[in-house]
Amino acid sequence: MLSVDAKKRFGDFALAVRFEAKSGITALFGPSGVGKTTLVNMIAGLVTPDRGRILLDDTVLFDSAAGVNLPAHRRRVGYVFQEGRLFPHMTVARNLDYGRRMSKLSADAAEADRVIDLLDIRPLLGRRPGKLSGGERQRIAVGRALLMRPRLLLLDEPLASLDARRKSEILPYLERLRDEAGVPMVYVSHDADEVRRLATSIVWLKDGRVKAVCGVEFLDAIRAIGT
Amino acid sequence: MFDLSPDEWVAVRLSLRIAVAATLAVLPFGIAVAWLLARKDFWGKSLLDGIVHLPLVLPPVVTGYLLLLWFGRRGPVGSFFEDYFGIVFSFRWTGAALACGVMGFPLFVRAARLSFEAIDRKLEDAASTLGADRARTFLTITLPLALPGIIAGMVLCFAKALGEFGATITFVSNIPGETQTISAAIYTFLQVPGGEGAAGRLVVVAIIIALAALVASEWLARRAGTRFHGE
Repeated sequence: MLSVDAKKRFGDFALAVRFEAKSGITALFGPSGVGKTTLVNMIAGLVTPDRGRILLDDTVLFDSAAGVNLPAHRRRVGYVFQEGRLFPHMTVARNLDYGRRMSKLSADAAEADRVIDLLDIRPLLGRRPGKLSGGERQRIAVGRALLMRPRLLLLDEPLASLDARRKSEILPYLERLRDEAGVPMVYVSHDADEVRRLATSIVWLKDGRVKAVCGVEFLDAIRAIGT
Repeated sequence: MFDLSPDEWVAVRLSLRIAVAATLAVLPFGIAVAWLLARKDFWGKSLLDGIVHLPLVLPPVVTGYLLLLWFGRRGPVGSFFEDYFGIVFSFRWTGAALACGVMGFPLFVRAARLSFEAIDRKLEDAASTLGADRARTFLTITLPLALPGIIAGMVLCFAKALGEFGATITFVSNIPGETQTISAAIYTFLQVPGGEGAAGRLVVVAIIIALAALVASEWLARRAGTRFHGE
């Protein structure tokens, strides 16, 4: 379980959030500019909150009162970025294997095969990211994050840079991931259709704060009130 | 073709040795300084930037003279190196390599710094979320992505080292077999009657080496480029 209680101020924008996320996909839902990316960056360890406490199961990732701030590379939190961020100088196979090598995990060919088949990326393994389509890149980014065996997977608008056809091409993979991988996920989105299809619960963000934590069935109510 | 006399061969081999040593010595310091200038803000940054670029704008004779003052046997740095590492610079080929390295340093740093600045730092964030600490991120992401600029910088530095004349001759003089590089040898041959033949042969050698360095750098840069954009 992920438990977040964090405050961060940039200029005249203040983010102050508190929520818990259990297994399945927790959607961080809200309009652009509400601080969703900052929030996942704080969970990943790429942005340091001004104050607060972030816990993942029984590990303290950040605690300003106790002076704990686990560096990003020791958090074991997988992160799928909006733009993929594949390493351009490595083949797809090396990209996929990067997290395992850096986290010093033993090789597990069966697990690698399972993820590669789940995401349908076997034909791409020998290629370099430069000439892949946006959808292919995002599938590889998901695979790369999964293969470091994360305790939590963060996905920051992974479909935002794709057109409708590519989106519908990737959504089934993310559904399979939710149902098969068993890793809790935090999914950032401002797209109601994505959230409806994927999320198991919703954290509704507005004006830098959590307005509600609820089930997906309340999505239409949230939209009626206005994001 | 033409035959080089043993003396001319000595100058060619010495020039190559000095240029290679200077380039290799510049490499670690140059990468460190380029990275610092590209990535860090610290007190005295513009001073460091200025000092690095000084050999580019100072008359080479002035640089050579300053090297003589500091790195000569009685100079503060020179005596330190002799006492602790047994390395003597003055009037040795090592001193010529030092002078060439100092002159090539700003050229290397400029090229390497640009390529560090061009790297998308978000890739380094991605590496850290995948478990890479800062040192491993640098070695596996930053350095390989900066490689084209580092190669370009090495070629510039090598070319500068091959052609360096003013600082070298001021610092370590013009001793055949020890500090007489191709440039110094050409100059010397032109000072004596009947030396035009030898000078002409060395001119051809200098052109061949310079062209070879250019072709090699083009090839390396293209290889690095296809690694990023190829299939």
